[in-house]
Amino acid sequence: MQFGIFSVGDVTADPTTGRTPTEAERIQAMVAIAKKADEVGLDVFATGEHHNPPFVPSSPTTMLGYIAAQTDSLLLSTATTLITTSDPVKIAEDFAMLQHLSGGRVDLMMGRGNTGPVYPWFGKDIRKGVPLAIENYHLLRRLWREKVVDWEGEFRTPLHGYTSTPAPLDGVPPFVWHGSIRSTEIAEQAAFYGDGFFHNHIFWNKEHTAQMVQLYRQRFEHYGHGSADQAIVGLGGQAFMAGTEAEAKRIFRPYFDNAPVYGHGPSLEEFTRQTPLTVGTPEMVIERTLASADYAGDYQRQLFLMDHAGLPLPMVLEQLEILGREVVPVLRREFEARRPAHVPSDPPTHTSLLAEGPQSRHLQVINADLPTDATATDTDSTTHGQEARA
Amino acid sequence: MNRSLVVITAGLSQPSTTRLLADRISGAVAAELTARGEAIDIQVIELRELAVDLATMMATAGMPTARLDRARELVSDAAGLIVVTPVFAASYSGVFKMFFDALDPDALNGMPVIIAATAGTARHSMVLDHALRPLLTHLRAVVMSTGIFAATDDFGSGEQGHHLTERIGRAANELAGQLAHVAGQGLDNTDALATPERPERTSGVTIDAKVTPFARLLQGHTGS
Repeated sequence: MQFGIFSVGDVTADPTTGRTPTEAERIQAMVAIAKKADEVGLDVFATGEHHNPPFVPSSPTTMLGYIAAQTDSLLLSTATTLITTSDPVKIAEDFAMLQHLSGGRVDLMMGRGNTGPVYPWFGKDIRKGVPLAIENYHLLRRLWREKVVDWEGEFRTPLHGYTSTPAPLDGVPPFVWHGSIRSTEIAEQAAFYGDGFFHNHIFWNKEHTAQMVQLYRQRFEHYGHGSADQAIVGLGGQAFMAGTEAEAKRIFRPYFDNAPVYGHGPSLEEFTRQTPLTVGTPEMVIERTLASADYAGDYQRQLFLMDHAGLPLPMVLEQLEILGREVVPVLRREFEARRPAHVPSDPPTHTSLLAEGPQSRHLQVINADLPTDATATDTDSTTHGQEARA
Repeated sequence: MNRSLVVITAGLSQPSTTRLLADRISGAVAAELTARGEAIDIQVIELRELAVDLATMMATAGMPTARLDRARELVSDAAGLIVVTPVFAASYSGVFKMFFDALDPDALNGMPVIIAATAGTARHSMVLDHALRPLLTHLRAVVMSTGIFAATDDFGSGEQGHHLTERIGRAANELAGQLAHVAGQGLDNTDALATPERPERTSGVTIDAKVTPFARLLQGHTGS
């Protein structure tokens, strides 16, 4: 199982001092945080992508490339890459380049973005959010899997005789996750391709997260990628730790109370009850995280949000020490102990996908065997698709 | 079909004039239905009890609470609604609007609703048609033509009190007619032609179980 952290890269004032870091400080802090994650034995660092203040990470591959050069085994990912407003051609190129430079230590997570204005800034229509995510990602898959691409779609300038360079490392495209909080279409998309599904989880009650993950698992099985419990699931989490629960709450409360997303709203206690946020001892975080598998099933990736709401860098680094040295080793052991043998522990990696060889389903643009038990609608639309291809 | 009549009341004090009016209206609807040989289950949602849950949802970009989810399901599953608010600053109260903001856009499709309001004086009586009716119509509810506005004086005896009772009776009759009509459709479809198909309601509490097959989502974009 992979453990890591995901950052949204917010520039937020520290409510205890009133001081706001500069963009330069925050960017360097993110790098320091990634390096600390590597140092304490975490597997994944994932950065958000935003194009508006108060966030700094607008250029994930630049940041991840810089981090790749300073780490050896850390897997570099995103949370999320904007498949709606970014050109899929540029995503294909940027991440293939990062894949080469990092020796295959790359996967990425697709998402649709967090603010409406991002769409018009990049010439897109927010009302087309889901169709953009569907079409753009399909083009991205083709660019990574076909040497020469001819493409005409609804949203992008047509491509004729186009070859994306560099080709993916060893001819193996990066593994992709699809992140969605409540869009069933995105869970369906992840299931169709056999890609991973990530539920951010951190602002949602477990009942909701369980429903979304369950939908993805059922459809993953429906599309023939394996049994529902073998589907590739990632979950978000959020924690702040200290020697005692009271101490953790005392330190974290001002950050919680003023956080950009939930500050000035529910109490820390209430939010803790309703979401995975755990503020307390490492043992409490272990217990809470393990319980996720009870409602989401045995899963493959756990990412924690640790650097946000103005928490100063030294405090974040200290949290990562606790997470990496005390929490994750226990979680690894306990999650493996409860996992049935037929359920994969890790999500696919460059090494595992390369080992699957040329017949790997991962290398197919679409699944050749659309389900035969498909509904009438399934059959109809498949026929349309074939006509379009002919 | 479901036979619950849900009363949404935004009164803040205890006892509440708004709740008092709500009870009179629901009692009148129940009496109308009983007279027609129908039964109804009345459920009351006191929005005051949901004020903190509503604030939580608003302050977290939509995170629901268990108590709010139960109320949202109750509302969408209802056969009909009675909604009553006190008038604050020339309109419905804030907590009243927050509750409707928390509903799924498809939560009230085709829902028969009685709108009602209370205020200190009669000069606020237009609130029903300036504020409540447009709000409920926006949410695609079917608002009964008789709205019920009660100023404090209307609770006294005499002519004004008599008029209020009359208005309650008229609105209750309209809602009971709608409920009986909807119930009748299940048994006998003869007037189906006269009634447009009701769009499905959803509480928004559970995710949509109807999955669009991906082949359809991807239509026209097959790979090779």
